[in-house]
Amino acid sequence: MDLLEYQGKQIFAEHGVPVPEGKHAATPEEARAAAESLGFPVVVKAQVQTGGRGKAGGIKIAADADEAEAHAKAILGMEIRGLTVHELWIERASEIAAEYYAALVFDRGAKKPLVMLSSMGGMDVEEIAAKHPDAIARLHIDPLVGFLPFHGRRLAFESDIDSDVIRPTGDLLARLYDVFARRDSMLVEVNPLIVTDDRQVKALDAKVSIDDNALWRQPEVRDMRDLSAEDPQERMAKELGVTYVKLDGDIGILGNGAGLVMSTLDVVAQAGGKPANFLDVGGGARAEEIVTALEVLLSDPKVKAVLFNIFGGITRCDEVARGILQALDQIEVRVPIVVRLDGTNDEEGRGILAEANRSELHPAETMLQAADMVVEMAG
Amino acid sequence: MAILVDESTKLVVQGLTGREGSFHGLRNKEYGTDLVAGVTPGKGGQDVEGVPVFDTVRGAVDDTGANTSMVFVPPPLAADAIYEAAEAGIATIICITEGIPAHDMLRLYNHLLGTGIRLIGPNCPGVLSPGKANVGIIPAHFFSEGGVGLVSRSGTLTYQIGNELAQLGVGNSTIVGIGGDPIVGSSFIDIIGQFEQDDQTELVVMVGEIGGDEEEKTADFISENVTKPVVAYIAGFTAPPGKRMGHAGAIISGSSGTAQAKADALEAKGVPVGRNPTEVAQIAAERMTAKAR
Repeated sequence: MDLLEYQGKQIFAEHGVPVPEGKHAATPEEARAAAESLGFPVVVKAQVQTGGRGKAGGIKIAADADEAEAHAKAILGMEIRGLTVHELWIERASEIAAEYYAALVFDRGAKKPLVMLSSMGGMDVEEIAAKHPDAIARLHIDPLVGFLPFHGRRLAFESDIDSDVIRPTGDLLARLYDVFARRDSMLVEVNPLIVTDDRQVKALDAKVSIDDNALWRQPEVRDMRDLSAEDPQERMAKELGVTYVKLDGDIGILGNGAGLVMSTLDVVAQAGGKPANFLDVGGGARAEEIVTALEVLLSDPKVKAVLFNIFGGITRCDEVARGILQALDQIEVRVPIVVRLDGTNDEEGRGILAEANRSELHPAETMLQAADMVVEMAG
Repeated sequence: MAILVDESTKLVVQGLTGREGSFHGLRNKEYGTDLVAGVTPGKGGQDVEGVPVFDTVRGAVDDTGANTSMVFVPPPLAADAIYEAAEAGIATIICITEGIPAHDMLRLYNHLLGTGIRLIGPNCPGVLSPGKANVGIIPAHFFSEGGVGLVSRSGTLTYQIGNELAQLGVGNSTIVGIGGDPIVGSSFIDIIGQFEQDDQTELVVMVGEIGGDEEEKTADFISENVTKPVVAYIAGFTAPPGKRMGHAGAIISGSSGTAQAKADALEAKGVPVGRNPTEVAQIAAERMTAKAR
């Protein structure tokens, strides 16, 4: 789960990471009041889950209350990379003497947390890495020992930051590590990490991503989930317990198991089709799950044909076949469905579908045949 | 021979009294796996269809000589269960549980480093050595005994490829599902290294997917350390960046971790990559037939 900037900063503040003072606002009036209470100048910042907010005009400085209100009016409702701005963070403007970059990532390869620090902040980390690969100090941390003072010192010395802020920067990294470890984070990124004119080190931005598998023990974070920011179909699927990811093609795809569904997308693409989605019904064969899956999938108006790809392992194909028929009795399906049942009890399953003789169902025996059929039907 | 599980496996199931644990534990027993015990705290002294249940893994090991554990414990308690198995001297721990917090796995992985304990999973279908032992949820009836070692991050995709191999008359030494989470106990390299040492295994099929750089590292490992032929499949060529495709690990961030990058890395080291499950099985079967001649 990705947090908005202000949510990340709230968590930072709880763990003692210095952040500029700010207030949340959802209307121009709230923005005005927030700005007045903070004191000028302020920065009005769009709160959406994407980068490039500044370039899109979603971050503006205001010198007085009228300007703050006007910026808020302009930014609220703005679209940034396809996302509508519903919330603002009004922040006391900072005097910036230097911009650094700090990040803690979950290094899958090394199977350790990786802490990075660079004296070149403000630009994309990809850009820093490409232009100045030596300018990023990196250090793996033993998760059983945690972040030690020397880790902070070493990163600070090696990243060539100003010598007078080495101590506070090391201290700030230790606090960021605390966020990372205690908040089940997959990513904690601060860009830029600033040095103010009075030589204080502060997190001017916050990009925090929390492990979905750990939300049960992070209730405060779980409550931050912004349902309106999620794709409506993906949200519906999540509520109903199936995994759905929307893509931009016209062939609806569902199957059992993440790997098999990914493979199905590939095979359809190889056959010349464009998948409309990824949908994993899991081990579920029951009619309710299939109804749910089909409802989610067909709520996308672009879908012209559906491929139902099941390999029965523990799941039995005869149960899946009955589930499909029950689902068809419950919802109206206006597009052809290619069904490929293979694996446990596949012959019984295919027999059940053949006997039902539903005009919308088209049986296929192999994955490759099913892909060719569905691509042809989608035209 | 086979790897990880065989006739010498003495299995304890942590969570045997649960619905899933008893269903799959008893299925494994029916297959011929030597299921010696179950563990559920507070239910010691009971039994599940004649299999004794203990309060602690230590108790199960002391009484039955269990050497392998299958973990079917809910995600909030699963890491604790694995630590308990490790402490009790279990050498091979196979964790089926899906949804364990990544930070739990991070600490656990580092705790187990250097202990010699082999953890498979979590979020995996388990390990099957056809004709010898099945530990996990892999449907054994598709697979027959043979010379292909199969290692995969995914469940149903493994069954799909295994089934296609079976239809071409090719059997398996061991099928290992290593799991789809960001941090799993055993990597492709760990398992392929074992297949290289295994007498029964003549060829290895690895089934990877998008995310991370495990497949790329494995390509290097194969070219330097593996004499047996390896054939690969990678799922997720059409996956867009930044989207999590069901498996927690299957997400592309930045430019690395794409299916194309993985396929290129493997092919550059002489590992053929099939474009779909059918083609992978065909390549593997052809190589096995060529060897037999």
